[in-house]
Amino acid sequence: MDADKHFVVGIYDDEDVLLEAIRKVRSSGVKIQEVYSPFPVHGIDEALGYKRTRLPIAAFLFGMTGTILALVMQIWMLGYDWPMIIGGKNFASLPPFIPVTFELTVLLSALGMVGTFMIVSDMKPYKWPRQFDIRSTDDKHVMAVDLAVNASKSKDELKRILKESGASEVNEKSFE
Amino acid sequence: MQVVSAIREPLITGTKTLKDVSHDISRQVEGKPTRLWWMAFGVSLALLSWGAYCCWMLLWHGIGVWGLNKTVGWAWDITNFVWWVGIGHAGTLISAILLLFRQRWRMSINRAAEAMTIFAVICAASFPGFHMGRLWLGFYWALPLPNTFGSLWVNFNSPLLWDVFAISTYFTVSLVFWYMGLIPDFAVIRDRAVVQGNKIRALAYNALSFGWQGGAKTWMRYESVALILAGLSTPLVLSVHTIVSFDFATSVIPGWHTTIFPPYFVAGAIFSGFAMVLTLLLVTRKVFKLEQYITVYHIELMNIIIIITGSIVGIAYITELFISWYSRVPYEGYAFYNRVQGPYAWAYWSMMTCNVISPQLFWIKKIRTSIVATFVLSIIVNIGMWFERFVIIVTSIHRDYIPSSWTMFYPTMYDVGQYIFTFGIFFTAFFLFAKFFPVINMAEVKSILKSTSEKK
Repeated sequence: MDADKHFVVGIYDDEDVLLEAIRKVRSSGVKIQEVYSPFPVHGIDEALGYKRTRLPIAAFLFGMTGTILALVMQIWMLGYDWPMIIGGKNFASLPPFIPVTFELTVLLSALGMVGTFMIVSDMKPYKWPRQFDIRSTDDKHVMAVDLAVNASKSKDELKRILKESGASEVNEKSFE
Repeated sequence: MQVVSAIREPLITGTKTLKDVSHDISRQVEGKPTRLWWMAFGVSLALLSWGAYCCWMLLWHGIGVWGLNKTVGWAWDITNFVWWVGIGHAGTLISAILLLFRQRWRMSINRAAEAMTIFAVICAASFPGFHMGRLWLGFYWALPLPNTFGSLWVNFNSPLLWDVFAISTYFTVSLVFWYMGLIPDFAVIRDRAVVQGNKIRALAYNALSFGWQGGAKTWMRYESVALILAGLSTPLVLSVHTIVSFDFATSVIPGWHTTIFPPYFVAGAIFSGFAMVLTLLLVTRKVFKLEQYITVYHIELMNIIIIITGSIVGIAYITELFISWYSRVPYEGYAFYNRVQGPYAWAYWSMMTCNVISPQLFWIKKIRTSIVATFVLSIIVNIGMWFERFVIIVTSIHRDYIPSSWTMFYPTMYDVGQYIFTFGIFFTAFFLFAKFFPVINMAEVKSILKSTSEKK
């Protein structure tokens, strides 16, 4: 069986049932492909055993790039390339450069982080998602279990585990 | 596990299910626009076209068509600029600062408030743009770009340049923040369109949603991004109006060069921003029948913020008067005497009445929970805040050190036209937003539904 093609899909109505279900399903040795929800369910990342995202680090690095870029740009432009005395200040005096430095730090940090998020989450305007159940953006939580990854268990066994964990429906889904 | 508070009122009234939320909020995106919408949109387009004509005349003849003169070199243009920027503050404040403080009542109002921010900042930016005269060269004059005018760079010591960076950063980050919030909701509309069999809408909203799926991993990253964006936007909100106040505060004009300006401008911005959010939301909730999502409780909480910021603004006015007397600087003293007693006293006292006295009415619970009273007062506050900027700018410069150059400022048709132009932009954009975008953040409302919509 090809991986990433055939799935057992559990539908859950309530986020508290879902959280409990994820723990139950995982403890019975089933690997969950992914859980889709209409809204962020707190604690789901822990229940699924996901590591914390490193996006804050990316944000920090982009922010520092902005700081350095702004300072180098201003000091070079006004201090060296075309020095001018304005209002009796030094050519390259730090305090008046702080507002622009702050703004560029925020700008690069925000844009860089959001860009990174889009890339790591594989989000593009023309991409059509592979949906396990169309209700997952509306009112249902959807748990997808890959049959090939859980080859040690039969399809019926997986269905039974999902049903017992509190799923209101258990379906099958195959992709070409 | 979330617990229902016994002392707080429910944020969403009526026993709504997750499906109801998708349905109620996607309704006006999917349906045909109502007659009321067409009428309002038509009026905004009319304002926009009339304003566009005035802008064209300004570009053709130069800023001489404005009523500026040798003494009053800044008047309606910068008044309107600061006023619009101030209005643009509530959106990001509601999204960012209230997110960090875990204020869940922000969730029904943040989308519309953020949209308001984006459009208000566009309106604001148009004024310095047009004030440059030759708008199409503005990029070269305002940004540090290599140019053919000589290797002269922009002046990083100037607060006007800080403004360029502050406003453009604020605009970009607010836009990104707003759009990030819209992505999951576009996916809801896409999937509903698939179910309803509307292919064009499904394709359009899929493109807008960047193929959003709502996996747990994506939600985790998404929440992290939202939190960091909020953390970045919070000092940004405070910095933008602080920098706008530097335009005045770093000058040496009596009445302008005061250290109280940054906090006082920020408070004033939030004050006027919340007033405009109220004006817009009271209409939106009525027209789109969203009374169960934007409840009287939400309105009351916003009115409380208006009391707080209005009081800060009131204290700032009194402090300014006190300091001008206490400093014993004759020029400073005269600037304030002239505001209170001079030819623009009517503007000063309009400002005092609208901004200091009227918000205090919200101490009365009956007034702050009344829709009609809130609507009227929100408009009064916006008028008052416009007068505040007018008073600060025009009264401080129309009488300078030489009495022979004392003069008055009279707006021309083109001053008024430019102001109308920005109203045209603002309302046209807001009505398009209200028609094509979900006006309430569905994903966030869904996440609080369980713990806050139960009946007491």
